[in-house]
Amino acid sequence: MDTRGKKSMGTTPKEGLSENQKLRRRLVNFFLGGGILTTFGSVIFPIVNYLIPPKVKQETTTSVIAGRVGELKPNSGKIFRFGSKPGILILTEQGEYRAFSAVCTHLDCTVQYRPDLKHIWCACHNGHYDLTGKNIAGPPPRPLEAYEVDIRGEEIVVSKKLS
Amino acid sequence: MVERDKTLQKDRTGQGTAKSALANQAGRTANWLLERYHVQGILDFMSHKTVPMHRHTIWYYLGGMTLFFFIVQIITGMLLLFYYKPTAETAFESVQFLMTKVRFGWLIRSIHSWSANLLIATAFIHLFSVFFLRAYRKPRELTWVSGVLMLFLAMGFGFSGYLLPWNELAYFATKVGTEIVRDVPLIGHTIMKLLRGGEDVTGATLNRFFAIHVAILPATFFLLLGFHLFAVQLQGMSIPISVEKSQKKIKLMPFFPNFLMRDLLGWTVALGCLAAIAALFPWELGKKADPFAPTPMGIRPEWYFLFMFQTLKILPAKIWFLEGELLGILGFGLIGILVIFVPFIDKASSRGELNRWGTIFGLIAIGYILLMTGVAYM
Repeated sequence: MDTRGKKSMGTTPKEGLSENQKLRRRLVNFFLGGGILTTFGSVIFPIVNYLIPPKVKQETTTSVIAGRVGELKPNSGKIFRFGSKPGILILTEQGEYRAFSAVCTHLDCTVQYRPDLKHIWCACHNGHYDLTGKNIAGPPPRPLEAYEVDIRGEEIVVSKKLS
Repeated sequence: MVERDKTLQKDRTGQGTAKSALANQAGRTANWLLERYHVQGILDFMSHKTVPMHRHTIWYYLGGMTLFFFIVQIITGMLLLFYYKPTAETAFESVQFLMTKVRFGWLIRSIHSWSANLLIATAFIHLFSVFFLRAYRKPRELTWVSGVLMLFLAMGFGFSGYLLPWNELAYFATKVGTEIVRDVPLIGHTIMKLLRGGEDVTGATLNRFFAIHVAILPATFFLLLGFHLFAVQLQGMSIPISVEKSQKKIKLMPFFPNFLMRDLLGWTVALGCLAAIAALFPWELGKKADPFAPTPMGIRPEWYFLFMFQTLKILPAKIWFLEGELLGILGFGLIGILVIFVPFIDKASSRGELNRWGTIFGLIAIGYILLMTGVAYM
């Protein structure tokens, strides 16, 4: 039994085989290799597909109530929820409301308002934005997305700018 | 014609040098490793390892088959963790999401559930075949002990995993299963509270079962499995007493690669069967557990607990001065301990004598398990 096993594992010299036997061996190897490959593939394919996150319906928020009038003092700001992302609402020294996306354009940190600098600042890598959302210093490559601010009675409504 | 032959030859030699370059590289890598890790002895040992060939050789494949299903469990279990959320509020929804929204999610879960059942089945067959062939006799006593402990752990895996989707059936089965523990004298109530994380089956129970299922049991299982496989490799396969007595010369097959190749062929067949069953009979999710709904009809544990479940059901409320249920639990506990210590009880087999009593007990056990399981299904 063991000698037969050894033979089948390819220790037999190939020179002793006829052309026909060589062809047969190649055919068997082809089917064996192909079989292993397809088995492997049919295991890997579902796993790779499984790992790809399925598309989840994202709430497409276009407008939220960011706060109430009188909540902010001049020269201050607050973070509010805009859908699944943070937004920043600022009341300037001049008493004007401004709203931006609070996601830093550099590496997705959340920015904050610095009353001492009187502009928006990102703590992660010292990025600076002015009160129009423009990147003025540090690594941020683009300005912050600016939002529309409307005051409806007591509520401060922030909405996406229609492009 | 001649020209074509020449080009053909060129191609062949090109292929040859590419192949030998690859072989050289592999050899160099192997040498690099061997210089640093002195495992030549182990490699020599492995290359000389043989497997005895006789009429009972088929049973040698069962352990490897069980190992295969265990590997499938590890891989699919890890995959399920990508989407599963273990709280009472989110567990059911996350499994539902996995089965309806995630590509092949239903398949991964179905394979995990089916492979778990096949694992228990092959482990049981493995246990009984080792029992009947007396493979546990000296010097393999501890291999048996570790194997039995792994079977118990596997049942623990099954029990804890059953609750995780937080569906109606699992919720009530867990309630009943943990309630039974309460009947154990003195420590029963404490164990039940430890398992449930309180007096009732709640979200706390789910968290505990999750921790047990994905951390505690795997860690313990790996230790035992490591020992079990090490012992099998070191001591080789046991030759049944009957074969030892009747055959003067036993044929041997090299483990590497001959037996391993056969093992792999078995694994391929197992994978094919598993994939077919999982795809044709996808594991269902059922309804979300509602602790305030009445228990639905047909609550019963997984099939491998059924014979015990059925026994407890038919025992009278009072036997002599003891509670029937308590007696049943104590009985199964005692049997479990006896099974662990089988190699130390059956001393005759270690002396190389055929022990008929073992066979009779084994057959009675199989008969009882089959009968009770059958009754439970009727």
